[in-house]
Parts: sequence; structure tokens; C-alpha cells
Amino acid sequence: MATLAHGTPEVIAEEVNYLNVEHGWKSWLFTTDHKRIAILYLISITLMFIVGGTFAVMMRINLLSPEGNYFSATTYNRLFSMHGIIMVFFFLVPSIPATLANFLIPIMIGAKDLAFPRVNLLSWYLYVIGAFVTMYCVFVGGVDTGWTFYAPYSSTYSNSYVLPAVAGVFVAGFSSILTGLNFIVTVHKMRAPGMTWGRLPLFVWSNYATALLQVLGTPVLAISLTLIAFERIAHVGIFDPNIGGDPILFQHLFWFYSHPAVYIMILPGMGVISEIVACFSRKRVFGYNFVAFSSMAIAVLSFLVWGHHMFVTGESVYVSVAFSLLSFVVAVPSAIKVFNWTATMYKGSVSFDTPMLYAFGFIGLFTIGGLTGLFLATLAIDVPTHGTYFVVAHFHYVMVGGMVMAFMGGLHFWWPKMTGRLYSQIWSQLSAVIIFIGFNLTFFPQFILGYMGMPRRYHAYPPEFQMLNVMSSAGASILAIGYIIPLIYFLWSLKYGPKAGNNPWRATGLEWQIASPPTTYNFDETPIVTEEAYNYGPLEEAIG
Amino acid sequence: MPANQHLFATLQLFPPTASSIAHQVDQLYFFLIAVSGVTTILIFAAIILFAFKYHRSRNPRATQIEGSTKLELTWSFVPLLIMLVMFWWGTRLFFTNAEPPRNAMEIFVTGKQWMWKIQYPDGGREIDELHVAVGQPVKLTMASEDVIHSFSIPAFRIKHDVVPGHYDTVWFTPTKAGHYHLFCTEYCGNQHASMGGWVDVLDRQDYVKWQSGGGGTTQGTLAEQGQTQFEQLGCSQCHLLDQQGRCPNLRGLYNKPVLLADGRTVIADDAYIRESILDPNAKIVDNFQPNIMPVFKGQVTEEGIVELIAFIKSLSPDVPASQQGSQQNPIVIAPRAEGAPSTSNSNSLNAPGKARRQ
Amino acid sequence: MAETVVHVDHQDASVEATHLRHHFASAQQQMDASTLGMWTFLVTEVLFFGGMFAGYAVYRAMYPAAFASTSRFMNIVLGGTNTAVLICSSLTMALAVRAAQLSKRKALIVLLIVTMIFGLVFLYIKWVEWHAHWEEHMVPGFDFQYPVPQFAHTAQILFFLYFMMTGMHALHMIVGVGLLTYLLVQATRRVFNENYFAPVEMIGLYWHFVDIVWIFLFPLLYLIGQQHS
Repeated sequence: MATLAHGTPEVIAEEVNYLNVEHGWKSWLFTTDHKRIAILYLISITLMFIVGGTFAVMMRINLLSPEGNYFSATTYNRLFSMHGIIMVFFFLVPSIPATLANFLIPIMIGAKDLAFPRVNLLSWYLYVIGAFVTMYCVFVGGVDTGWTFYAPYSSTYSNSYVLPAVAGVFVAGFSSILTGLNFIVTVHKMRAPGMTWGRLPLFVWSNYATALLQVLGTPVLAISLTLIAFERIAHVGIFDPNIGGDPILFQHLFWFYSHPAVYIMILPGMGVISEIVACFSRKRVFGYNFVAFSSMAIAVLSFLVWGHHMFVTGESVYVSVAFSLLSFVVAVPSAIKVFNWTATMYKGSVSFDTPMLYAFGFIGLFTIGGLTGLFLATLAIDVPTHGTYFVVAHFHYVMVGGMVMAFMGGLHFWWPKMTGRLYSQIWSQLSAVIIFIGFNLTFFPQFILGYMGMPRRYHAYPPEFQMLNVMSSAGASILAIGYIIPLIYFLWSLKYGPKAGNNPWRATGLEWQIASPPTTYNFDETPIVTEEAYNYGPLEEAIG
Repeated sequence: MPANQHLFATLQLFPPTASSIAHQVDQLYFFLIAVSGVTTILIFAAIILFAFKYHRSRNPRATQIEGSTKLELTWSFVPLLIMLVMFWWGTRLFFTNAEPPRNAMEIFVTGKQWMWKIQYPDGGREIDELHVAVGQPVKLTMASEDVIHSFSIPAFRIKHDVVPGHYDTVWFTPTKAGHYHLFCTEYCGNQHASMGGWVDVLDRQDYVKWQSGGGGTTQGTLAEQGQTQFEQLGCSQCHLLDQQGRCPNLRGLYNKPVLLADGRTVIADDAYIRESILDPNAKIVDNFQPNIMPVFKGQVTEEGIVELIAFIKSLSPDVPASQQGSQQNPIVIAPRAEGAPSTSNSNSLNAPGKARRQ
Repeated sequence: MAETVVHVDHQDASVEATHLRHHFASAQQQMDASTLGMWTFLVTEVLFFGGMFAGYAVYRAMYPAAFASTSRFMNIVLGGTNTAVLICSSLTMALAVRAAQLSKRKALIVLLIVTMIFGLVFLYIKWVEWHAHWEEHMVPGFDFQYPVPQFAHTAQILFFLYFMMTGMHALHMIVGVGLLTYLLVQATRRVFNENYFAPVEMIGLYWHFVDIVWIFLFPLLYLIGQQHS
């Protein structure tokens, strides 16, 4: 490929893009291009997802029989803990922000890069360091405290490798903080002329709200983990009831971050769904203002509900009442989004391209997951369901049925933009259906198991729970297949997929106005924005 | 893997309903399922309907609709109202279930990795098994010797975390005889999954038989065991029960207010007595000195503390017999019809006295 | 890569002077972004220290008598001196930022050095205090022996919080001194002038924040509870 001289006409410029502009590992590992960093993140989190997913498969194999002795109890306990830690901190939290949002936010607002490109690279380095430390923990034997690290078990009693685990999560936490910081400054200061807040794609709004949560919540997690680390090293007693420490203090500090964390995990997914539903209904999102503000409302309210994880710990009943009420209130903005997406399809022009199939799956499964959250917010119902498989089913519905489907949908939507290639329509639609079926078979029985009383984090269980566990494990095998197929066709598309062109979906948004894949600096000239977001009306008129 | 017939034979889809609150909890649960089900069906139906009715092949041109504030407000407030109903119902039930009945029999539970140790007021002990009588309210006072555990009986719809460092309580009234699971529901280490057991709910007659037939070992009532501890640990040297010694008099102390040296007034309940044994300097009674009572942490187990508390309770004349633990049969209430008022009285209903269990 | 962008051309002298990075449209935008970025970072630091302050508040409320007992072992003279030192250092830091804005290179260098000296004095005094605690066996985890037996256990927790909070603060001070060293080196290389002083201002913000954390720590750890002794 000939190198370009200054001023060469655009026609040849399209062939040079951010992927092929430089070669060699140094150009990747020392890049400051947000798009390359997004790809680096994509590879890293996919690897971590495979590790975490493998642990899940191993867990479900063990749960095929009530005796649960395929693996030892020790191994199982470390499997579920590492599965949680990896999936939460190394997959779900970074997933959309560090990959899709990293790639798209500058382009969507008409900027050349994020505000702090080197900080972006540092974020990725910190993620990788955190991942290495955590994988070290896995290889030397793993941690068995659960991803929640409750004291005094984690601080005093556990014989597992707590220190490397909290260190790995601590470092990854700073990766998350810096990503959030970068997004906040970028959205505030780098919007192109004419790109007002009211014209931002909803994907940007969602990730902006997420960034606020990352920046405000994660430092408290850092402190919680630091206290556990000190307790383990020096036995100072801060959570040791024998010398006056309070284990419940840890829970308050931990959940103060970890509840907003679940919204860090879901908000970006909601942003993706807004983009997809608009494009594949050929319509602007119904109630743009309400959807945008619901993201902000979720962000604010998410800090006020952490006590709903502690209803049965002995916290004051009046405090519990307050947290219960607020937990219901925080459900309202999420409900608003679901209704708005559905209303967007009304009188739209709907097609069943793969991203849209994932959006359908998201809306349905997130609805179920969110509704079951109401069960847990209801005080009298939380008592029998806390600590059981009901909770496990609830959060997998919102996280896997919700967030992972949104991630897959977003990946399928923007893959042509990021790689310049199209993938197989039939295989992608098929795997979306397989994932939907496998997911429901895996997790719906767990609601039933939970109300029956089957506790979570059990390697073995009473025999009457076996049938539902076998169903769940069968579902997991189907789900695994559903996730493996896209790996294959995506990789295949890189070499053999047809070229995508700038705008294969005929979508609105600045990202679709530039080349696929984009050039390093995204825009040849800074765009001037004159239209509202999702301007599908005039677009459809123009296309005819 | 067992044969398919065996699998289906053991399949259950709903827990047993065996306590006074279980049915009410289930009613609320079904309400939530109904609301969720209707909402889910509506959303699914709307999506499927719109996806097909407005499919590109049928509707090639979309109609651009900005939004509708009226609709937004409607579908914000209506769900909020329904949620407030859920909140209100759940909170009321939660409050109702928070306070044990006054005549509840007190049973003590100590959780430790990885077993539940039960102490009955009449001195009996069990491990991982709890025997209770139909219709008899039971209040569990629970302590942990190590990490956070959680005591759960799904059939009764009750659960409470057992946090080391203080007492946690939960109560229930069994309504149906049977054999029900009890589980630990807070991850507590390697054998967390084995930290379970059984709750045996017996009809009145069977319960009496069990008591006299040797269910669990005993060396006297809980209070009598406590008296033995009291003497063995040397408490009696200072806490002279017949006169005021260097230490506060324990007679008549239980559940009474106590004025402390720093001006606060606290109630001498179970938690206060436990703390006074394990960390005497935490609260010094007015007109007494710190650093005189030895610290008994590490010298007495949670079960020993339970015995001492039972003994100290027995020094208070107005503590109800149901909580004192006596060789008489515990108070048994006739099973109550739904909605009928409680027919409790504090006298034993059954045969007086019985042979001491070994 | 095709660089047909109109706004920024790397041959422009003013771009050199303002160290304008390629992805910013103007020096003003770059300055605005840096400022918001540093403020956002400081907010995360507030939350980070906030977690520790929350722990402190909880344990102080639970054990007021033990707390009053431990506060007797805090050295108010040294703590007060450190407070004065930090306040002065914030003054010299602010003056340094002003010097950079006015292209007063020599003043900038002097003021940076004075600020660093104040910072090092602070750290030295902190070391003296900690060493005294060490000698008196008041460092939890290292042969902790508290002279008032009835508060021995809870004092350990409170001292741990003291060391953790002042330790985290000291760590931030050390980082601050390191950043000032970087600024000093850059200043000697004539990097800063009225067109480009953002790093001085941003690190100045950081320095002021670390100072403010101490302004909270000092009364909470040293002053409150002294009258009960």
C-alpha cells in the first residue's frame, strides 16, 4: 500500500484506515488511537469472558448431580468466586464502555479522539495488569470468598488467595475510573459545533451516565478492598467482631459501590438498544428526552438503594423500609425505557437483522429480570429469596439476558463500521436464537429453585432440586454453543467477509458518515451538526 | 444419574407451606407473579405485534413520532402506583413478621463452621436438627462463633443472617407437621453446602413424646447448666447473689434498665449480658469501677453464654415461664384457625412433669 | 494518513507554544478539558478518602470513650505545625501558578522549590510522629500495646484508621512532591509561559486538594476529643 502524501484526494484515502495505517506490535501496544485501544480491549475482555464462561460451564457440570462431587467443594467454591469476579469486574463493567463506547463516542460527537488519549491507553494497561494479577490468583489456586468478599470470612478465615484477588480488582477499578473520567470530559468539552446535548445519540447519554457512576462509585470499592487487604495482612481488626470491629461496615462500603456498579453494567447496554431499535424501525426513538433523562435518573437513584442487599443482616427495619421504597423508585426510569423502545417500533418499519434480534431479546429478558428485581425489593419476599437461586436468576436475567445480549447486539451492529466487513446473516441470526433459547432454559428454572429455597453458592443440594438443575445445566450447554458460533463467523468475516461500505444499515449518526473502517483521525474536517439525532424521516425521504 | 422415573418422582416446584406466615408470603408472591406475568406478556405481545404488523415488507415507510408526554407520564405513574402497592404490602407483612409473639419459646442457635448447634430451654441439645411443635411460636436467638452465616427454613419462609459479634433473632409458628429443610444461606467456607439440617414439626402429642423420649442430650435445664457455668467460671465470687458485692447484683436484672457510668441508660437484655461477659469494660455500671471484672473472651463459648444468660434470666421472677426453661412441658398453643385470636395462657396444658431426659 | 484538516496545522508556531495536541480544536478547548479532567479526578479522590472518613465516623460513634482515650496520644503541636506548613505550601503553590501565567520563570522555579520544601517538611514531621508511635507500640499489627487496657481492642481499630488515613494522605503528598519535581524540571527547560501553563495549574489543583484533605484530617483526628482527656 503506497504511503500517502499530504493532500492526496479522498478516493485513495478510504483504503487507508486506522487498522492498516501502521503495522507491528509497537504500533498497537503504544497506540493512542481510541479505536485501536477499543480493539485491544475487545480482545482482552473476550479472553476473560471465555475464562469466566468456562468456569460457569464447570459449575453447571458439577450441579448435574445432587452430591456435586464432580469437582471438590473447595474447587467449586473457587470456581463460583472466580466466575463472579471475572465476569463482573473484567467483563461486564468494562465491556461496552471500553470497547464500543471507546470506539464510537468521539465519532458520534464529531471529535477526533477522546479528551485524554494517553489516559485511555493507561486504562487498558491497568485493565491488563489487573487481569494478569487475577489470573495469577486463578493459577495458584483461586479465591473462594465469592465476588462479594464478605468479612470476616475473607479477612480472617479464608485459606484462599484473597490478596491477589482484591489486588487485581483494585487495579481494574482504576482502569474503570479513568475510562469514566475520559468520557465525562470528552462529552462535555469535545462536541463538534452544533452537537448540543439535546442532539446527542442516546448511546452517548447512557455512557455519560455510566461514566458518572464509574467515577463516583469505584473509589469506594477501592477503599473497601484496601481495608480487607490490611485486615488480612496485619489483622488490625477493623472487621473483626472479637475486638470490636463490625463486619456489616464492610457490607455497607462494598455495596455502596457495587449497587451503582450494576447500573454501570446495564446502562451502556440500554444505550446500544436505543441505537439499534431506532435504526431497525427506521424511526427516531420515542420520547428522546425521557430516555435521556431516565439514564441520569438511574445514575442518581442508584446511589440510594444499596441497603437492599442487606435486608436480612439485621439492619434497622426503618432503614430497610427506606431502601425498599427507593429500590422501587429506581425501577421506574428503567421501565420508561422499555416502554419507549417498544413504542418506537409502533408504526415503524421493522426488519429482523441480527442486531434487532438481540434488541428483541434484550427488551424481553431485561423486562423479566427487572420485574424479578421488584420481588427482591419487596421486603417480605426478599426474606425467603435472599441468598437463594432466585437472586442468581434475577441478576443473570438482567446481566446476561440484558447486558450480554446488548453487547452482542452492539457488536453485530457496529462490526461493519469497526472492521469494514460484513458477517454471515444466517449464522448470526441463528446464534441469536440459540442464545435466547439456551439462556431461558438455563436461568428460568433457577427462579423456581430459589423460591423453593435452594441456596446459592452450593456445590451440592437436596435430591428434589435435581430435575431443575439438570434443565439449567442443559440450557447452559446450549448457551455456550450460542456464544461460540459468533467467535467463528466474526473471525471468518475479517478475512472473507464482504466489504461493508460506509453505511450498510443506512443508519443515522455521525459514525455512519465516515469510512468503514474509519481513518485514524475519524473526520477529515470537523463536522457541523445541524440535525436532531435519529433523523430517519428525511433520510427515508432521501433514499426513497 | 438416576433413572428418569426417579428424577420426576422427586421433582417439586413449590416449597411446603408450613408456618403461620407462609401463606401470606405466598399470597404476596403470587400477586407479584401476576403483575410480572401480565406486564411481561403485554410487552412481549406488543413487540411481536409491532414486529410483524409493521415489518418492512408490510410497512416500508415509518411514521416519525416524536413522543407523547401524556403517555410517558401515564406509563411512569401507573407502574409507580402498582409498585407502591407492592411496597406497601411487603412492608406491612415485613413489620408484622418482625416482632415475635410474647409467649414464644426461646430456642438458642449457635452457628459455626459448618454446623448449627441448638440449645433448648429445658437443657436439651441438638446438632443440625430442630424439633418444634405445631402451633407453638418459637423465637430463635442466634449467634455465630466465626463468620457470617444465615439461618433459613424455606418451608416457614423465614431467614436471618447470623452475624458474629451480636445476637440475631427470628421467629416462626409452625402450622403443619412434617420434615423440612433448614439451610445456611450465606457463604461461610468450604462446607457451606453441608451446613444444613432438618426441622421436625411434630403434633403436640408427638412432641411431648419426643421430649420425654430422649431427643437430644441434657444435663439439667439451660438455666441449671448456666448455674454450673456461673460457679465454675468464678462469677459467683463477685456477683454474690444474696448481697451487693464488688459487682452489680444480678437478681432481678434481666430486661431492666441499667444506668451506666457515662450517663447512658441501657436495657439488660441478652445482648447486654453477652457483651458484659465478653468485654466487661465496654459498659461500666454507675458507681462501679472498670478493669475489675476479668475479660471472658476465649474462655466461654457462645453456647456457654447462652446458658449463663438463661441462668441470669431465672434470677428474675417476672420472666415468663416459656422463656425460663423448666422441667415442665413448654407452653403449647392449640393450633389457631386462620384469623382466630390467640388462645394462649401461661400454664402448661399437658401432663405435669416428666422424667428427665438424658 | 491524509491530513487535510483545516483547523490545526502542526507547523503553526502558536501550536508549538501551546503544546496543542492533535485531537483538540483549540488551545482553549485543551485547557478546558484538562481542567475538567483534573476536577473530575479530584472528585474521585474525595470519594476515595470519603470511604475512610465514613469508617472513621462509624467507629467514632460506636466507641466514643475509646476515641477520647486515643486522641490523647496525638501530638497536637506537630499536627498543628504540619497544618501551618501545608497552608503555606498552598500559598506558594498558588503563587507558582500565577508566576507561570505571567511567564515569570525564575519566580516559578523558586516557588516550586519552596513548595516542595514545605511538602518535604510535612513528610518529615509525619515521619517523626509515626516513629514516636512506633516506639510507643501504637502501630497496629506491629506489637500493638495500648496503655489503657479497657480500650485496648477498640484503640487498635482507631489507630489503624489513623494510620490508614494519614498514610493515604502522606502517599498523596509523596506523589505530589514527585509531580512538583517534574514541574521543576520542565520549568528549568522553559516550557511554561503565558501560552502554556496547564500542567502547573492542574498539579496546583491536586496540591490544594491534598492540603484540604489534611485540613479535614487534622481536626477530626487531633483536635476533637482532646478536651475529654
